[in-house]
Amino acid sequence: MSDELQLPTPVRVFVSFVALLRINGFAVAPEQTTAFLAAIELLGPRSLETIRQAGLATLAPPPERRATYDRLFELHFLGSEAIDQAGAEDEEVVRLQEEGRGEDETLLADEANESGLVAARAEALVERRFAPGATGDALRRLAREAPARLPRRRGHRRMRARRGPWADLRRTLRESVRSDGEVLRLGRLKRRTRPRKVLLLIDVSGSMKGRTDDNMKLAHAVVHAAPNVEVFTFGTRLTRVSRALRLKRREQALSAAAHLVSDWDGGTRIGDALQAFLAVPRFGGYARSAAVVILSDGLERGDPSALRDAVARLSRRAWRLSWLTPLASGPGFQPQTEALIAIRRFVDDLASGETTAAIVSHVLSLGQRKAA
Amino acid sequence: MTVRGNIVGIDSPEALERALRTAYYLADEGLATAAYLGLALGKPLLLEGAPGVGKTEAAKAIAAVLGRRLIRLQCYEGIDASAALYEWNYPRQMLAIRQAGEESIDIYGETFLIERPMLAALRAPDSTVLLIDEIDRADQEFEAFLLEFLSDFQISIPERGTVRAAERPVVVLTSNRTRDLHEALRRRCVYHWIDYPTAEREARIVMMRASSVAESTARAVVAAVGKLRREPLSKAPGIAEAVDWAEAATLLHARGARWPDAFKRSIGVALKDEEDLTFISGRLDALIAEAAA
Repeated sequence: MSDELQLPTPVRVFVSFVALLRINGFAVAPEQTTAFLAAIELLGPRSLETIRQAGLATLAPPPERRATYDRLFELHFLGSEAIDQAGAEDEEVVRLQEEGRGEDETLLADEANESGLVAARAEALVERRFAPGATGDALRRLAREAPARLPRRRGHRRMRARRGPWADLRRTLRESVRSDGEVLRLGRLKRRTRPRKVLLLIDVSGSMKGRTDDNMKLAHAVVHAAPNVEVFTFGTRLTRVSRALRLKRREQALSAAAHLVSDWDGGTRIGDALQAFLAVPRFGGYARSAAVVILSDGLERGDPSALRDAVARLSRRAWRLSWLTPLASGPGFQPQTEALIAIRRFVDDLASGETTAAIVSHVLSLGQRKAA
Repeated sequence: MTVRGNIVGIDSPEALERALRTAYYLADEGLATAAYLGLALGKPLLLEGAPGVGKTEAAKAIAAVLGRRLIRLQCYEGIDASAALYEWNYPRQMLAIRQAGEESIDIYGETFLIERPMLAALRAPDSTVLLIDEIDRADQEFEAFLLEFLSDFQISIPERGTVRAAERPVVVLTSNRTRDLHEALRRRCVYHWIDYPTAEREARIVMMRASSVAESTARAVVAAVGKLRREPLSKAPGIAEAVDWAEAATLLHARGARWPDAFKRSIGVALKDEEDLTFISGRLDALIAEAAA
């Protein structure tokens, strides 16, 4: 294959199948394509089923997207009979991918349902101004205590320590020179720790109106208290506001964020927003082994099963997933809404997000908690 | 990429499937294809699936078929390079320094090196199968570290230089999917998602694995287990549980228990969670009767 433009026809069919998968949001690396072709050559032209199996093994579609893979396979190799069966779900995924590519900071959640099943979820695109308020005690406490109390992860490097699992041979030998080669004290090493990533997902829909101002101020404080924080807002859309919040002065940062977000106080489609978040690899990576905190009341207008799937995927990626709702007040809180009940078993903490103080306490307590 | 179409006489997925059957492992077509491709293309085989579908067993069976020793690296939270690769035997080094006195000695010699699973597999690639079990339990950092190993099959020991495998070792990774693995890791592997087997296949597995279970018992157990898996239980019974249940019920029956009762009394080997047992207890009778019918 010296000249890429003149691939032999049989090969082109397989390469174009890979291209089709990529368009539909499957992450396939070039080496996987090579392995796919090698596998087909190895197994010989026996049946379509063999090719399908070879694709499954080498292109590695995630199990929850197996159905989509099968449909695309039929579409590509069996022709157009299968088109009718390709459901609405695929189209949404494609749409999200296309939209995610064009825009850098904002990602449109899907609007496919808008005219159809749930017509009431009209988007309300509004700009917001933040009232300059006094800094709360809670935020001061956050800034003061965050460096010591936010969660940390074990790093790969080692540092000297009073006690630890490894002997520090270098230090021990160097010190033994002073005492004529006699080892008097065995130096030890332990793993260095690093700050863990924190991901904040803030619900800015109408039902959270009372909390939105404070939550954004809180997000600003968290961004400045820890080195590795990402913040997204969602309502009917998903918006990354981390960069805006990195501005040091709070008023400036909040007004910059206010311009980015266009769905203040509108409807809520949490499931779609989280799906959109996970569908973009660059965004989804922020959740990997991070402490994920979602500030939302869980009043979902969309499909609860979409929400459940998204939260399940998120919880598999996250180190710990906390859902803080203003509806929860007190430790004996039992979720009432359908959405909250559905996601309950995937969430590590379901706690109160009623006041800034409560949220700050929870965030600061994350460091003491273990991964679930 | 070096392709070897024929490995110890196995030249197709079907041949591998037959060979696995002699090692008491029933592989479906997908698994046989993926495992064959992994061997032939020299890529690691990544097996994912719910707990108890036979991921680790598959690795053992592959090792048995190839006639190689299985080296198992069990992952856990906090596992690091020294547990996976190699470690220096510090006490011995210290002693050697003391004994040498004025002479100079090499304290980074072979005798001071403690081999851990990955180094052991790398040094004897033609006689071992490396199983990296439950990779989803390890930290992200360990996963990133594995990437280097799995693409180049080499380990650098700063004091001694780089150890490179003479040929590509056979590596099997398993994951219970308690968290998503990194794309880069999946990309380097041949991938297979092991699903729960069909009732027909599972009944054959139960009869193959259990010592003296009648076919009707096997079918009844498999039907009941299939029903249990559809319930929202916190820990659904795997294939191993099905085998145990069939054996336990057969044993109780041989000791004089009546049939549906034998199933019911031995439920403890299939469901091992108090909440699950309470949840199902009301409907257990109906469920077993239905399955046995």
